[in-house]
Amino acid sequence: MIRIENLDIQLLKFHLKIKNLTIGKRDFFMLMGPTGAGKTVLLEAIAGLIPIGAGKIFINERNVTGLPPEKHGVGIVYQDHALFPHLNVLENILYGLRFHGIPIREREKRLGQLSDLLNIAHLQRRLPVNLSGGEKQRVALARALIVRPHVILLDEPFSALDPGFREDIRNALKRLHDNTDTTFLMVTHDFGDALSLADRGAVLDHGTLQQTGAIQDIFQKPTSIAVAEFVGMKNIFKATFQDSMADLGGIKMRLDRPLDKNDGYVAIRPEDIRVAKNPFPPSQLNSFSGIVTAVVNHGFTYEIQVKTGSITFKVLITKKVWVDLRIREEINVFVSIDASSIHSFDPLEVGFL
Amino acid sequence: MGRKEPFFWLTLGCGAVIGAFILLPLFELLTAPSLPDLWECLGDRNVGRSIRLSVLTAGSAALISFLFGTPLAYLLARQDFRGKRFLEAVIDLPIVIPHPVVGIAILSVAGHHHWIGQVLSELGIRLLGSPAGIITVLTFVGIPFYIHSAKNGFESVSPRLENVSRSLGASMTSTFLRITFPLAWRSMLIGIIMCCARAISEFGAVIVVAYHPMTAPVLIYERFEGYGLKYSQPVAVWLVLVCLILFFVLRILALREAKEA
Repeated sequence: MIRIENLDIQLLKFHLKIKNLTIGKRDFFMLMGPTGAGKTVLLEAIAGLIPIGAGKIFINERNVTGLPPEKHGVGIVYQDHALFPHLNVLENILYGLRFHGIPIREREKRLGQLSDLLNIAHLQRRLPVNLSGGEKQRVALARALIVRPHVILLDEPFSALDPGFREDIRNALKRLHDNTDTTFLMVTHDFGDALSLADRGAVLDHGTLQQTGAIQDIFQKPTSIAVAEFVGMKNIFKATFQDSMADLGGIKMRLDRPLDKNDGYVAIRPEDIRVAKNPFPPSQLNSFSGIVTAVVNHGFTYEIQVKTGSITFKVLITKKVWVDLRIREEINVFVSIDASSIHSFDPLEVGFL
Repeated sequence: MGRKEPFFWLTLGCGAVIGAFILLPLFELLTAPSLPDLWECLGDRNVGRSIRLSVLTAGSAALISFLFGTPLAYLLARQDFRGKRFLEAVIDLPIVIPHPVVGIAILSVAGHHHWIGQVLSELGIRLLGSPAGIITVLTFVGIPFYIHSAKNGFESVSPRLENVSRSLGASMTSTFLRITFPLAWRSMLIGIIMCCARAISEFGAVIVVAYHPMTAPVLIYERFEGYGLKYSQPVAVWLVLVCLILFFVLRILALREAKEA
């Protein structure tokens, strides 16, 4: 369990400020945010690797503020693995045990368990230089977990891996989380990793927490423009509300529930907007005609921009839809959005949570 | 292969001139004395004593640089602090100061008119005309070379390795001994050899502080002044051979380090 209270870290050109953050025991918590948001600084502060200006950090209800890193009970795994290059795999994994006074029998037991879980038994005599990226990451995980830390911090563990290895390590992490009592705190840029691994998470930007909560809520119900943009809600419009209707500068949309506020923002994911060549049936709410103003090829998908009145929707379509509808610039199309896909939020600048 | 550009021949020509400029005098020096002269010279008690003194004082200077320079090099490699640039400039100063000036500066501090000299005198430590004085000036001129090399070695070790070691339960000392030192020792050894090589060839500062007991460079100078070129050459050959041994060890270590990097 991790509890952070009024944390304040001032570095040369960066300021991290977190009022309150609690991560429960055995949680798999995902920390997200753009590059330079302060994610690694927060991890290293939890691990005791950088000095903090003010505030308190508790690990399993023990105040570890100001204690040296070896007294925090926190393991850390970096994206570049940080394996000790002069030690072989076995020596890397066993490195931490000498500082914890673990008996040999227990040492063998833990080594066996982790070797099986991570499938690294055959690598023991190799030097790190002779391992693949995925093997290095599995060894780094074993090395961190063998000392049974209360918390394990994963700093973008997949970012340096090939796609094939990513899936491999993601599955390994799931197995490890299911089989240990350790709290996992992972930094990632990848929404797929966040959604598949974690239950809870937070978005950090400019050194402050923008939103904390269930992962699904962060992706579907962002509470600020910054989070909405970060989680890929590319359609964010200022709106006025009346009961369950939203007015986006002349474009009226029906929401899935009445709102008790007059103005704010609506956000729609680009993949939640349907597009058709012909008008949708009258029973279909929130249907509009528009003109395609841009088509961007993303490889397996296409992003098209559809201008409707004073606003432009960004719509994500598959290659099949692009071919079937013969989408190109300057053609007329119809777009439709389910009321449940329209998310509204207050125009608050949410920060310093 | 296509025709070489004129620029290629220019670079090759410059390289050949510089190579000859360095190697030719050394070759002449090494081949000038006959073998009997060299053996006779080695039997000369004064020659043996001066070479031994040079090696011991240079080794002591390197040891002192290692003991005091290692923590400082680690600090410079790992920490950013106010005054760091100034401190780095101070460490480089001995490289640019004329070496007789170094000797005079050391004597200014160690003389009877200075309180440090008075304290040293009360402790029974005499710098003027003593091995302690030679070690002092050799440390002064050699320590920048050790600190630079050790600092480069520490910088080449990722701080993340140390972070991981600390998070696994190792103290700072344990982390240094088990992770940082095994990865940086070659740079530290290169620094020690560079410091040693620089110290063993020092003449200008040593002659001011201690003409006696004579180090090898001072003895070569004395033989040259008193008896001429022919009598100074055999001593010079033996000193060059000692320096070449250090040079080859240094090259082997540097090449291994480059290969591992």
